[in-house]
Amino acid sequence: MAEPMAPVFEARGVTKIYRMGEVDVQALRGVDLDLYQGELVVVLGPSGSGKSTLLNVLGGLDAPTAGQVRWRDHDLAVADDALLTEYRRDHVGFVFQMYNLVPSLTARENVALAAEIAEHPMAPEEALAMVDLSERLDHFPAQLSGGEQQRVSIARAVVKRPDVLLCDEPTGALDVSTGKRVLEALISVNRDLGTTTVLITHNAAIAALADRVVHVRDGRIASLERNARRASPGEIAW
Amino acid sequence: MSALNRKLRRDLWHSRGQGLAVAVVVACAVGVSVGSTATGKALLASRDKFYVEGALADVFAEAVRVPEPVAGRLAALPGVAELETRVVADARVEHAGGLARARLVSLGPGGGKLNRLHLRQGRLPGPGEAAISEGFAQAARIVPGDVVVLTVNGRRDKVVISGVALSPEYVYALAPGNLFPDDRGYGILWLPRPQLAAAVDLQGGFNAVSARLSPGASPQDVVDEFDRVLGRYGGLGARARADLESHRFVTDEIRQLNAMAKVLPAIFLGVAAFLVSVTLSRLVSAQRPQIGTLKALGYRSRELAFHYAGFALIVTGFGVVGGLVLGHLFGQFMARTYADFYRFPTLTYSTDLASGLRGAGLALAAALIGAAGAVRQAVRLPPAEAMRPPSPGRFHRTLLERAGLAPALPPQARMALRNLERRPVRALFGTLGLASATAILVSGSCFYDIVNWMISLAFDRALLADATVTFSQAVVSDAVQELARLPGVTAAEPMRSAPVMMRHGARWRRLGLAAMPPGGQLSRLVGGDGRVVPVPEQGVILSKRLAEMLELEVGDEVQVEILDGRRRRGPLRVAGTVDDLLGLTATCSLATLGRLAGDPGLVTGAQLAIETDARPAVAGALELRPRVAGVSWRADALAAFRKTIGSTVLGYAAVLVAFASAIAAGVVYSTVRTSYAERERELATLRVIGFTRGETWRVLLGEVAAQLLAALPLGALAGYGLAVLSSVYFSSDLFRMPVVVERFTWFFACGTTLAAALVTSLLARRWLARLDVTRALAPGE
Repeated sequence: MAEPMAPVFEARGVTKIYRMGEVDVQALRGVDLDLYQGELVVVLGPSGSGKSTLLNVLGGLDAPTAGQVRWRDHDLAVADDALLTEYRRDHVGFVFQMYNLVPSLTARENVALAAEIAEHPMAPEEALAMVDLSERLDHFPAQLSGGEQQRVSIARAVVKRPDVLLCDEPTGALDVSTGKRVLEALISVNRDLGTTTVLITHNAAIAALADRVVHVRDGRIASLERNARRASPGEIAW
Repeated sequence: MSALNRKLRRDLWHSRGQGLAVAVVVACAVGVSVGSTATGKALLASRDKFYVEGALADVFAEAVRVPEPVAGRLAALPGVAELETRVVADARVEHAGGLARARLVSLGPGGGKLNRLHLRQGRLPGPGEAAISEGFAQAARIVPGDVVVLTVNGRRDKVVISGVALSPEYVYALAPGNLFPDDRGYGILWLPRPQLAAAVDLQGGFNAVSARLSPGASPQDVVDEFDRVLGRYGGLGARARADLESHRFVTDEIRQLNAMAKVLPAIFLGVAAFLVSVTLSRLVSAQRPQIGTLKALGYRSRELAFHYAGFALIVTGFGVVGGLVLGHLFGQFMARTYADFYRFPTLTYSTDLASGLRGAGLALAAALIGAAGAVRQAVRLPPAEAMRPPSPGRFHRTLLERAGLAPALPPQARMALRNLERRPVRALFGTLGLASATAILVSGSCFYDIVNWMISLAFDRALLADATVTFSQAVVSDAVQELARLPGVTAAEPMRSAPVMMRHGARWRRLGLAAMPPGGQLSRLVGGDGRVVPVPEQGVILSKRLAEMLELEVGDEVQVEILDGRRRRGPLRVAGTVDDLLGLTATCSLATLGRLAGDPGLVTGAQLAIETDARPAVAGALELRPRVAGVSWRADALAAFRKTIGSTVLGYAAVLVAFASAIAAGVVYSTVRTSYAERERELATLRVIGFTRGETWRVLLGEVAAQLLAALPLGALAGYGLAVLSSVYFSSDLFRMPVVVERFTWFFACGTTLAAALVTSLLARRWLARLDVTRALAPGE
């Protein structure tokens, strides 16, 4: 995919320090990163490297301790909860490793939860059809397999037609074949809707699917590489 | 329905047990509030309507004998709008069912202008006829057409009962000297004025007067003027409506109902707020990841706040609806009880919209206060943090272990103790919940103890005579000796009472002064603590409350004016006070009253002890003695007390105990359920590492047991405090509620809490049996 002129995300010198009990944990140490419209970026790194924190900052779930983060004309470095909420509500779709479905709602209702607060959502059924779950609309999370739950979570993320799709270890809890189906669903969203997609993983094999791969280590960006060709999920093995 | 509302509905269903507990407590609070307020309003409305329809006077006065022309002077006094003179007399009534005392009141033409009767049956009396008060008619089974014999001033006259009536002046009819109504032994009869005037030799004069005041006139000023004008005609003291006995009883009851409508619901709503807080905090911490997800999806803080507050409001809403129904039933029940007690033409209970709305508003406000903490917690939770599992709590060795007692404790007990110590606030809240349940049970069921204590004071310690005889006028004490010689009578003691005015400085009070023989055994002066206060040879014993009102201390002198006979006055030394429970009393020896009145040796009645089964014979013999104005029987008075005060207070207490039990069950269930739900993951872990179901259960049980151990004494203490608070609220100068909590009540309150805890703990065993270990341990839920 060709790089457009201006980046949609601009991160400069992003630093994040957590206070965990009695110690300060520096999760990000001055990250600079640009992301472009429609690209699929895989962020790769061992656990504890700061990649989830980076994702949270990009998604407006967490404000950085220092540095600049912009998404288009939104300043995400402000700690204003209401502004970050509006940003997430209007522009961001999240997919989490643990799916985070509401257990008391069916697949359709979980997706509707996101659709109801979006401005131009698709029908929940349509979103579930995109992830091949048309047959499981009225099942509760407890009645779905892990892969199905993750696909519901993808449907919930895309139903609002987000500008950005942020996925935190979406296959982390899944076996290989289920993981591939989930990845296929994500790639088809990225391809069909042109959604800028950031996918975090510690699984190096998944990097082959990306336009670009960002290696994170110890709270810093260690390297950045561009794949000559994006592989399809069927081609990779882990 | 939006997906978020669906989630709310399913959350509600999932937590239905705890929701129900909250709803029950709210329902009890709203029920008591609405029922008491509406009953109070019904009483007030019925009273005021009756007062207006019956043209109840504003000022009343009695005198020995006043020439009719004086009425013109009274009517001309400033502030007097309308005046009516009357003749009143005390009489004895012989009827088919026995003997009773009665007050006879004259009626003007057409029923008069003031204090008009409301006829229940029959018609107003013509010559040779009388109308009779309803309570007396019912208790003595007298109906229109019956003939009764009245003895007034020693003259016996037959009259035919023309009708049964109610009077705004006697909504609550109390015989002079009596502390509770005795419908069988005392009644009111209304006769045409000429007939009654002839009987007491008062043609061309009057001995009672009542007046309606013009708007804005001061009743006290008119009372003072009446006293001034009537003084030379043997004035017995004027009084404003506010001092009318019947009025004071009804008004006091309304005041108590209003107090009840505030105090108890406040306590119940406090418990409800606490339950909401516990339930919702639990829900919020269980749904941390969900809250994080909703925030990540872009739900605003306001939307989440509404979502979680909605949980509290809906649960409370169910409670409010239940409470309105409960309040309606409770109010109807109370109104029915009062209808037997207070004689109004109509006592219509209607559900009061305003109090319903107020109850609902207060309940919802309490729910929001309870929910505030949990909602704030949900709103403030940073989304990124919410989705991470909570970090393990910081545990340390408990105080007990540090004290070297560890080897004595099995691992489950150590877990239970560490859990309690780690989350002291949660443990404290659980303990407070259990304690509040116990406290409410104590304060509710102690009403039984209080009524029983009052009965035992009045009928087992104070009044030991089987029959109290009242003479129609003061007689020499030989009359008592005559009664002592009647077959079946085993002992007789003289007594005397006189209407007096007591003054101390600027303070004064009109009341009856009772005289008894010192060392008498049939009637004694007893304090609220059950202690017998001996009647002194010299001086007077006052109710503690009366001494306070007159600002008298033991040793002070009080000026006493006797309002009948020779109307002498003189000082009496306050020999002591008695902390008695009913009315305002003053008691001295027969000799003291005789000296003061200037006619030693006279008595107005006698206390009799009789042999078992001798009542019919003694009653028959007393009926034949014209000087006997009336007899009140201890057994009847006891039955009347049980029926009237007993049935209102105990009926109320029964409702209260039912509410308290429901609340206790709700609180205990909620406490145990929350404890279980918060620990589900831990309990599942125990199961996985090989603990049996029973062993796992005992860890949970250990926590509940430790909380119970702390809660029961705390709750007992708080319950006693609530009982003291109720006694302050319920007491007046007519009635002082003692604080009595019998051993059974402690056992009942603690036992009910324990039983509720036991049943809920057994339920917890079932929850554990159904616990899906893998799901409980699965992340993200």
